[in-house]
Amino acid sequence: MNSLFSLPEASTHAVTVDHIFYLLLALSGATVVLVFGLILLFAVRYRRGSKAKRGPMPEFLGREFEIGWTLATLLTFAFLFWWASSADLSSLAAPPHALEIHVVSKQWMWKTQHANGAREINALHVPLHEPVHLLMSSQDVIHSFYAPAFRVKQDVVPGRDTDIWFEASKTGTFPLLCAEYCGTNHSAMRGEIVVMQPEDYAKWLTRQPEGDDLAHEGAKLFVSQGCSGCHATSSNVHAPRLAGLYGRAVQLADGRTVTADDAYLRDSILQPKRDVVAGFEPIMPSFKGLLDDGEIQSLTAYIRSLGEEPPND
Amino acid sequence: MSDETAMLREPWVDFSRQREAGKFGIWVFLASETLFFGALMLTYSVCRIEHPAAFAAAGRETNIWYGTINTAVLLTSSLTIAVAAQGAESYARLRRLVIACLVVTALLGLAFIVIKGFEYKEDMDKHLVPGAGFALPERAAQLFFGFYWLVTSVHAIHLSIGIALVGRLVWVLLRRELPVTENPEIEVTALYWHLVDIVWIFLYPLIYLPGRSS
Amino acid sequence: MTDSLLAGELPLPPRPDYLRHGSTVWSWLSTTDHKRIAILYAVTITIFFFLGGAAITAVRLELFQPNGWLMTSDSYNKLFSFHGIIMVWFFLVPSIPNTLGNFLLPLMIGAPDVAFPRLNLFSWYLTIAAGAFTVYALVAGGVDTGWTFYTPYSSMFSNTHVFAAAAGVFVVGFASIATGVNFIATTHMLRAPGMTWFRLPLFVWAIYATSLIMVLATPVLAISLLLVIAERVFGLPIFDPARGGDPILFQHLFWFYSHPAVYIMVLPAMGVVSEIIPCFARRRIFGYDFMVYAMLAIAGIGFFVWGHHMFVSGQSPLASLVFSFLSFIIAVPSAIKVFNWTASLYRGQISFESPMLYALGFVGLFTTGGLSGLFLASIPVDVHVTDTYFVVAHFHYIMVGGSVSAFFAGMHFWWPKVTGRRYPESWAKFAAILMYAGFNMTFLPQFFAGYLGMPRRYHTYPAEFQIYNVMSSAGAAVLAIAYLLPLFYLTWSLFYGGKAGRNPFGATGLEWTTSSPPPPKNFDWQPRIDRAPYDYHAEGMSAGTDPPEMQNAKETQ
Repeated sequence: MNSLFSLPEASTHAVTVDHIFYLLLALSGATVVLVFGLILLFAVRYRRGSKAKRGPMPEFLGREFEIGWTLATLLTFAFLFWWASSADLSSLAAPPHALEIHVVSKQWMWKTQHANGAREINALHVPLHEPVHLLMSSQDVIHSFYAPAFRVKQDVVPGRDTDIWFEASKTGTFPLLCAEYCGTNHSAMRGEIVVMQPEDYAKWLTRQPEGDDLAHEGAKLFVSQGCSGCHATSSNVHAPRLAGLYGRAVQLADGRTVTADDAYLRDSILQPKRDVVAGFEPIMPSFKGLLDDGEIQSLTAYIRSLGEEPPND
Repeated sequence: MSDETAMLREPWVDFSRQREAGKFGIWVFLASETLFFGALMLTYSVCRIEHPAAFAAAGRETNIWYGTINTAVLLTSSLTIAVAAQGAESYARLRRLVIACLVVTALLGLAFIVIKGFEYKEDMDKHLVPGAGFALPERAAQLFFGFYWLVTSVHAIHLSIGIALVGRLVWVLLRRELPVTENPEIEVTALYWHLVDIVWIFLYPLIYLPGRSS
Repeated sequence: MTDSLLAGELPLPPRPDYLRHGSTVWSWLSTTDHKRIAILYAVTITIFFFLGGAAITAVRLELFQPNGWLMTSDSYNKLFSFHGIIMVWFFLVPSIPNTLGNFLLPLMIGAPDVAFPRLNLFSWYLTIAAGAFTVYALVAGGVDTGWTFYTPYSSMFSNTHVFAAAAGVFVVGFASIATGVNFIATTHMLRAPGMTWFRLPLFVWAIYATSLIMVLATPVLAISLLLVIAERVFGLPIFDPARGGDPILFQHLFWFYSHPAVYIMVLPAMGVVSEIIPCFARRRIFGYDFMVYAMLAIAGIGFFVWGHHMFVSGQSPLASLVFSFLSFIIAVPSAIKVFNWTASLYRGQISFESPMLYALGFVGLFTTGGLSGLFLASIPVDVHVTDTYFVVAHFHYIMVGGSVSAFFAGMHFWWPKVTGRRYPESWAKFAAILMYAGFNMTFLPQFFAGYLGMPRRYHTYPAEFQIYNVMSSAGAAVLAIAYLLPLFYLTWSLFYGGKAGRNPFGATGLEWTTSSPPPPKNFDWQPRIDRAPYDYHAEGMSAGTDPPEMQNAKETQ
């Protein structure tokens, strides 16, 4: 895929990163030429016994000169920081309507799941020119989702969700690597990302084996794990109703207000006593150890499918 | 002064300089120790901020009586060793007081460890050791007790080293291998002892007070 | 006229030098002489250096082929872990401070020994005990966590001897702290009359700054490893996400030590080079006070940049920004130093003995490595190249190209002083040039491989990276020869080398005013200092303007 000296720029983000990279390269190259050049020049001109003029240091090479080049270096670095960081800031948050794909990592494979439930192992199909938002979790140790052609990398950490997004700008097959050392077969934890035309991607999705989509799977879990015993509308137990919950602001018993997002739902399932909703008793048991990360993602998708309020802003 | 030549060590030629260096060295070491316990307390803070409720619940399980008595014991030992250090500073006639204070310090240190042992016993009986069969339902309470066991045993190790140092001092002073007056080792040992004491003063509220204020 | 000058002209009373002052094995193992302890350390770290080198030789051999032709993944993982652990904690951290620093610090400030000689010996025994733990971990079957011991892999998943290895590093940390306390107290308390703070040679400043970091950062490493050990042995849940623990917390604690540790490794190297360049350029170091402030700034700011190792760990974007900014800032003092070394050559009388070649090699490699650090301080670029061979190349340029080159520079510079012998200069020059070439052959290709996306710690790798790995492995072979050569000719010189005079390089500095090798108490007289360091004169070659040390040199040669 790669040629010997260049890496494809297969995402919009890659172009930005490469711009910064090349500027840094030019600047470093100039500095290297300057320093090595001066050392060589002095080494030859002032070699022992040469006829070059010696004597004390010239006047201008004094304290002011030193302060001058210190400030110049400082300003250059401050500029570099500003430039690199503003590029970073502009790419922090995923666009609101990005295509969401779930990624679960474990020793030593990548499992991906599309919105309609289609699953892949060590592969990820994505449409061209469409922002893709990956929601990632790990089942064992820390891994790192690394797609060099897209210039993106994000550690996948057990016990918390991380996310990353990119917009592919070239069709083709690109490597997916694990970049955080994760044990014996770390170097074999590789896969590929296939970028397709949107219509091809749609066709590809429909060809995939009949997987229940995430929300349907979540609905089944909702019953089989006993959630419906309390949270269903027909239940007699005094438990919060979940319809329309997703994205809403929730008033908690201790006075705080939180937004019911993925992280909040995950916490509420695993650590129900932490963020108790105002007006309810902390009676829900923890589902830690009973549900794996994939199942929590399914449940979250189900709750979201019960109705989502548009964000307030 | 024969006292000074007995205590003068390589590479020093001037005894007062040697004393100063000893004090300076132990202060630098104490700075290092501060970072050591500081890292542990940072760990505690991070976990407590992430799981406030579990930490409150776990804090209520500790036995505040043991903790409070031990605080009193250790503070008293700091007083006795401070008296020993001050006594050794200049008054030759206070030799017996200095040695007596050092003995009391070591005994109080031992008492602390014995009381701690009883507390450990009770904690084990209440199944407060992280792992299978842990008593509390909150999972993060295990974090609290993980920290509890680790930091109290690290503190106990420091205290044991302190007791050994004080014991050795008593031994050489009684056998008159070293003079008492202006002996730099007394002050250096006292500084170390105070650090162990101060660490406990920080640990006491972290371990025994969560969940008890309301 | 200084007292030292007067004394230097008097015939010395007959007395054995420190090497011949007692010759039994016990006289070495129980010595409190800082010079002998330096030798003990030198022997120890040489053994560790070649142990770590052997491990990486196998790794580089394996990487000739992309498909893992030589060994299993587990063996590969254990070998690179062993290489990292040994090289960082048992070679690089103690290398310059505990050998050259131990030997030279008292000499340079005009003291008879360090402040706490018995503590000094104790810290060597701790190093030996710690080394025994770590080597045991290897012999018993190895450890496969990498030198970084990341949780939860190290605490819950690895089935290897993490306990022994972590315990070894834990113990060697205390050796580091003891050394740091000792050096700080020595610098404060034992300076000779007239040796004011701003007359200290830069090497002493470097060792002082290093010691500050050792004392303040190492305890945090001790805690992070203690927590890993506690989790493995007693099942404490600090890093276990299933029980509410936080695996990222380990990274914060670990890098709070391990980033400053980079400066533990490179500051002494800067000190060595700052001694050598003025000597062979016959010029005062340019901007002495800026050099001092730069080193202190590096030591200070070094404590606040650890988060740049964690841009992709999921830490908050704000934290990443702050760490990125500080990482750029800490590059400023490093840049000052490079400029000042270069400016020190201006209008000099430069000669190119082997220490100078090594030192210039250091400046070149440190500059390259430092500039590659700017890429890693920029968040978007770092996200792409972190955990790839780009990072591997970057820190090897600093820690191997920089520190190890400087270590060899210092070894060659002070070898006549330490042993009283001269080594074959042409061999030394050859080795210096070979080392520079071999180093660049090994690590330059890794920048390319890293930018193209080859992750580090990969046993097998996509075939398109093979060309870079072959280049790198071939370079490593050259580098290995360059590292072995000094072992031979320096050992040879111990037996057959010509006698070195008191000051063979015509250098300033108190250590050159005493005999080679020095007497057990360093000086036969009480040194007094009446001038700033680096009193070299490129212009006037007449003896009248030369500092006393140089005049002594001419008389004894």
